Amino acid sequence: MAQVSLRKIIKAYEGGVQAVKGIDLDIEDHEFVVLVGPSGCGKSTTLRMIAGLEEITSGDIAIGGTVVNDIPPRDRDIAMVFQNYALYPHMSVYDNMAFGLTLRKFPKAEIDRRVKEAGRILDITPLLDRKPKALSGGQRQRVAMGRAIVRDPKVFLFDEPLSNLDAKLRVQMRTEIKKVHQTVKTTTIYVTHDQVEAMTLADRVVVMNHGVIEQVGPPQELYHHPATRFVAGFIGSPAMNFIPARLEEMSGALRLTLSNGQTLEVPDARTARYRAHAGKPVLFGIRPEHLTDDKPTDKTNPAPVTLTPEVIEPMGMETLAHFKLDGAEISARLDPATPAAVGEPLRLIAHMDQMHLIDPSNDKVL
Amino acid sequence: MSATAANRGIPGIYHKAGSLRAERRWALWTAYISLIIACIIFLAPPVYMLLTSLKSNAEISDLTLNPWLIRSPTLENYEAILGNPIFIRFFINSAIVTTCVVVLTMVISVLAAFALARMRFWGSQVLATGVFLTYLVPDTLLFIPLYQIVGGLGLLNSVWGLILVYPTLTVPFCTWIMIGYFASIPKELDEAALIDGASWSQMLLKIFVPVAMPGIIAATIFAFTVSWAAFVYPTAFVTTAESMPLTIGVVSQLVRGDTFAWGQIMAGALSAALPPVIIYAFLMDYYIAGLTAGATKG
Repeated sequence: MAQVSLRKIIKAYEGGVQAVKGIDLDIEDHEFVVLVGPSGCGKSTTLRMIAGLEEITSGDIAIGGTVVNDIPPRDRDIAMVFQNYALYPHMSVYDNMAFGLTLRKFPKAEIDRRVKEAGRILDITPLLDRKPKALSGGQRQRVAMGRAIVRDPKVFLFDEPLSNLDAKLRVQMRTEIKKVHQTVKTTTIYVTHDQVEAMTLADRVVVMNHGVIEQVGPPQELYHHPATRFVAGFIGSPAMNFIPARLEEMSGALRLTLSNGQTLEVPDARTARYRAHAGKPVLFGIRPEHLTDDKPTDKTNPAPVTLTPEVIEPMGMETLAHFKLDGAEISARLDPATPAAVGEPLRLIAHMDQMHLIDPSNDKVL
Repeated sequence: MSATAANRGIPGIYHKAGSLRAERRWALWTAYISLIIACIIFLAPPVYMLLTSLKSNAEISDLTLNPWLIRSPTLENYEAILGNPIFIRFFINSAIVTTCVVVLTMVISVLAAFALARMRFWGSQVLATGVFLTYLVPDTLLFIPLYQIVGGLGLLNSVWGLILVYPTLTVPFCTWIMIGYFASIPKELDEAALIDGASWSQMLLKIFVPVAMPGIIAATIFAFTVSWAAFVYPTAFVTTAESMPLTIGVVSQLVRGDTFAWGQIMAGALSAALPPVIIYAFLMDYYIAGLTAGATKG
């Protein structure tokens, strides 16, 4: 059993700066949870408090039902993978992986079995005799994971493990980490600032900002039903468009009037939810993938919008077009065959069944 | 107009420079000339010592001859020195003192540096600065109070007195080198060791000492050199020949009144300088790696 639970965790530094402001979180056994957020949001501090590398100012951390606030890192039965690998440079790959077990006085045969098994899982068996300096970045990260796996701990902690790798290797290692978790199924807490990593790896994503948890949920839930403007803007790439608008009621139906005078009909299915905000200014949130070029066959409540592109970015499988509307930066995903040109007005379709409305007074998604 | 194009109009932004090859040639010439001058300045004394040590007393005292040339080379000075039991005694004394001082220094420095660099505790920063400041107090100032202490302990005219006081010269600097070296080791390495289950002492012995070996070797060489070449303390604390190290033994035993046995003094001084030279030659790479650790991203 290795649930991890955080109760009202606060981390304050000298001078009163609070890095983590009283968070509560329950992580189930075998679960893969990703803490994601921008730099300084408190995600790494939270992970380091779980590891025991940072003291908690107040609150309780429990691993497997035992409160570990005053238990040193070595007795918490956790393993951690660091951003810069933190391999012992003077030891071979084998010794790096065996180090923790040797200190815990495991029998040699058992150490050997575990190291070779981890080597097989991570496909690093031919590297066991090498020193870390003779390995590539990806291989080093595998060894760091191997060092964690051999320990067979209650919890794996990953602190931005892919940030030092190049883009291609990062994608490859992401898949590796997912495969390893499917094999060993240890409870995993993973910290990253990359929302793509968070979405692809997590059973549940914890979005943090300014030391508080903004939202916790499975990746698809966060994508489709963000709770706040921050989550809506953070999850998804390119980020969601936020367009200032006014919600108006016209003979029972709701419509949005954009700042350039264009109007968009709100789908009937959303009317009940939004009616209370009729007559108020709102932020109209729509993802770039839901603001596309006109497709006559589309049946998902299309609403036409005409905008003039400032930048066109052909990506191969799609084209990104960037616009400006009343100071707001807006992106749209276009079919690569669309003959879009900078400066020429482009007719787009907003898929209103995917729309979000945000109350600008509290940044909550309505 | 682009920013670059706009900059072109501003006088002085882009220099009118010579070709890269000409600049490189100029830099190389300057470097060679400076290095040759430095070599002459630093090598002239030992070369002169070597030449003098290979001459007979008669040749040395003949002022009509060019002192930089040897007419009839001889090893008689070396034979006299190495065949002299008191010189062997000096050598053994120096070896005992240096070995003990190096071991003592490294044990104290490594432990102190590890604590100051890695174990965050109240006042550690002030202590680290304090350790370095003690290095700035010269031995010519310290030897008077130290004489009282060594005398009070009854260790005058004893190698143990020297073993006690030499660390005042070696420990501060070696601790300072080791603090710098330990500080250059990524923090994650000790965090990984902590999570792997290491205690502080295991972390020091199994991770820090092996990783910091270049720094430890650099500090060891420094302690060895300082201890082997110390002059002020033995001059002050040792007056009996049996307890003298090489540095003062050679001078005190080979100068009789106003008679200087120049050939033997030079042979003795050169022989005394040999151990540090050998150690430097073998460990030079480690020494440089130790002194420049952390200067660049590994």
